[in-house]
Amino acid sequence: MNHEKRTPLIRLAKREGLEGWKVWCIRCGSILLALLLGALVMGLTGANPVTAYGTMISGALGKKSAIRQTVKIAVPLLGCALAIAPCFKMRFWNIGAEGQITAGAVAASYFALFWADRLPSPVLLIVMGIAGAVAGGVWALIPAFFKAKWNTNETLFTLMMNYIIIGVVRWLQGGPWEGRKGSQIIPQFDSAACLPRVLGVHCGWIIVLVLVVFMHVYMNHTKHGYEIAVIGDSVNTARYAGMNVGRVMMRTMFLSGAISGVVGFIVASGANNTLYDGVAGGVGFTSITVAWLSQLNAFAMVGISAMLAVLSKGAETLQTRMAVPTSISDIITGILLFCMLGCEFFINYRLIFRKNSHKEAAKS
Amino acid sequence: MSDPVCAIELRGITKRFGEVVANDGIDLQLNRGEILSLLGENGSGKTTLMNMLSGIYFPDEGQIFVNGQPVSIRSPRDAFAHGIGMIHQHYKLVDVFTATENIVLGLEEGGKLDVRAAGAKVRDICERYGFDIDPAQKIYDMSVSQKQTVEIVKVLYRGAEILILDEPTAVLTPQETDKLFDVLRAMKADGKAIVIITHKLHEVMALSDKVAVLRKGKYIGTVNTAETNPQALTDMMVGHAVTLNIHRPRYENPAPRLEVRNLTCLDGEGVKKLSGVSFTAMGGEILGVAGIAGSGQRELLEAISGLYPAAEGEIIYTPEGRDPSDLVGKTPMQIKKAGVAMAFVPEDRLGMGLVGSMGMTGNMMLRSWRKGKGVFVNRRDPNALAMEIWKELEVVTPSTEFPVRRMSGGNVQKVLVGREIASAPSVLMTAYAVRGLDINTSYTIYNLLTEQKMKGVAVIYVGEDLDVLLELCDRILVLCGGQVSGVVDARAATKEQIGLLMTRLGGKEGA
Repeated sequence: MNHEKRTPLIRLAKREGLEGWKVWCIRCGSILLALLLGALVMGLTGANPVTAYGTMISGALGKKSAIRQTVKIAVPLLGCALAIAPCFKMRFWNIGAEGQITAGAVAASYFALFWADRLPSPVLLIVMGIAGAVAGGVWALIPAFFKAKWNTNETLFTLMMNYIIIGVVRWLQGGPWEGRKGSQIIPQFDSAACLPRVLGVHCGWIIVLVLVVFMHVYMNHTKHGYEIAVIGDSVNTARYAGMNVGRVMMRTMFLSGAISGVVGFIVASGANNTLYDGVAGGVGFTSITVAWLSQLNAFAMVGISAMLAVLSKGAETLQTRMAVPTSISDIITGILLFCMLGCEFFINYRLIFRKNSHKEAAKS
Repeated sequence: MSDPVCAIELRGITKRFGEVVANDGIDLQLNRGEILSLLGENGSGKTTLMNMLSGIYFPDEGQIFVNGQPVSIRSPRDAFAHGIGMIHQHYKLVDVFTATENIVLGLEEGGKLDVRAAGAKVRDICERYGFDIDPAQKIYDMSVSQKQTVEIVKVLYRGAEILILDEPTAVLTPQETDKLFDVLRAMKADGKAIVIITHKLHEVMALSDKVAVLRKGKYIGTVNTAETNPQALTDMMVGHAVTLNIHRPRYENPAPRLEVRNLTCLDGEGVKKLSGVSFTAMGGEILGVAGIAGSGQRELLEAISGLYPAAEGEIIYTPEGRDPSDLVGKTPMQIKKAGVAMAFVPEDRLGMGLVGSMGMTGNMMLRSWRKGKGVFVNRRDPNALAMEIWKELEVVTPSTEFPVRRMSGGNVQKVLVGREIASAPSVLMTAYAVRGLDINTSYTIYNLLTEQKMKGVAVIYVGEDLDVLLELCDRILVLCGGQVSGVVDARAATKEQIGLLMTRLGGKEGA
């Protein structure tokens, strides 16, 4: 009796130094599992899972126009994930990227609406980009300043800043920037203020790809990146090493907000050609998932944001072609994220099952 | 059931972590009413073994017997059910709760939580063994030793009959240690079985009945304390004979390097942490700093390195062949650049001076990251330095990129002290550099400090062990309540003399 109770049925052991290929096997396995579970859900609603997945893939990547749409979704996700990565590395929980995007979009829109006829298009676009970066940066700098000065809670602060700027946009929409009276809509930008297309998609994708390389180098090979990593680990150690923690915090948040602001400019000028209160569209939050899933690795973010974009575009197609409600695709996205985050557990721990006591007895 | 007084028996316990065999077929026996010291160098598997008793790890092989019955301890809850309680090196308490709330935390008792009844029971336990805590006090208001007391009461409250203490004295003052030992003796008289993990041989000799020695995960043997001596135990631990004497050469002509004049520091609440401290540290000399924990040692070192603001006074620094300057008012970076290095080993070892998630290379960069022009960091030189320290100090780590957080305590300290020495400072300050280290590693560090001294560096060594201070240092500065109560010649002074200065009884009576 005692013997049988000797070991627990399942126990956990931390594992270290798992080979790279095994790690990737586990990760791929988790995606497969997610797809299987998703198929089950689709089967329950009466749709054929195989055709449904096929529709999703072809809807997202099947035609050139579909690919363009998918890239359009991926660009702000990737840009924004890059923006919040340094903050998260520093353990500064910036969940205000949504607001920083919007702030950037507002500043860029100001120039698009009122300076379009006074500046040549390239100059106008550059001015818009800079304005977006500065506005996003300042919007992020405010909570960082308060955190550095009085140690306020950055999570709440950045979150609250989102609502303020979105309120500002609503006011602009209904008031000073309103197009036709009573329309509650800001007019479309002049074509000079719209990002030019490269390979059929607004050139924002080139900007974010450049940012990927920039962020990778910034985080891993610069003094700033090193400071960020040290502060994220231990503020005391950073102080001991002679770092000015408050200044680094403000600088990093400004940079983060500035990149979000550029994303805001890209979305307003490239994708929407106008400004409205949903300009950020939840990207500021979804990008947190992207950043975590890729473990703050800039190159992994390209893949993760592309995957989420494919899912989201595919779900849209699924709804129009097979009349599967979007809620189903939301469920599938949820299952996928759950499996991918959950598999990290199996990478860090292994399960040990109790050996069958009969077998053990036979052996001895 | 053959031996009714046998509280715990381990038979053939083996635990592996991947390739590493942390415990290899360990046998151990402990009776009721006995105190067993578990002795071994860093990484010899002491903590791992005890973690299996307390349900944190599960052995890969072997059997644990409690009161003669084979048992399976799958979780800390199981351990409590068998009357086993462990007091960990790092306390696991909720800061904003009171002592009582922490003690009853996680207990599953039917009905409503009756804090008053729990408080009464806590008070009862305290009276029985002579603990000195207020059950209604919040943890954040407590000193380190009070927190430890709460941890001990916590396991007693859960009815523990077998107590395991992991390096309980590492953070205590001599007085607090004595108090703890009295309590442990009272528990022993009450029939409890106690295991204490420690590095300090005199504590082993003073407290325990039996000593079990582990070496590199293997069980070497158990001896009765009465029949052994520190030298014999050291030989068992290390596996070969070691000398316990520190070589203390004299430096030819020491020159004043750091002159602290009338230094006064206030904390955030305006309380004087240091008041009118004056002394001179000479190049080519190890200046020991003795004192009860919290007498201003930390503040003194931090003030010199610019991390703690000085309210009054000056710190005159005279590097070799250069003009003196005042360090007060300079930033930590400027002071560091001027050649003042500090290796402060805090209670939690990692909190200050190291980045836990980075490897040795990343930690070497803490000193050099700002060097060089441009925005990029130089990783090559720090990596070379890491390799050097890895080899010279025999740091046990798989690579220079392995996170220091996952290294054992002694290795972490080697990295920290090694880095500070490598920066070729002209003033080297260390605090608790050998805290929790085994004997071999401690001597490595003493030798490193002496080497620095012979190069003409002014070494300031804040230590806990008076025996070591007397053997290692040239002069000893004694702090008491933030004031200097005396400076003595380490070659002539006695332990008693310093002990008196630490409590101010010898010199002029404090206000």
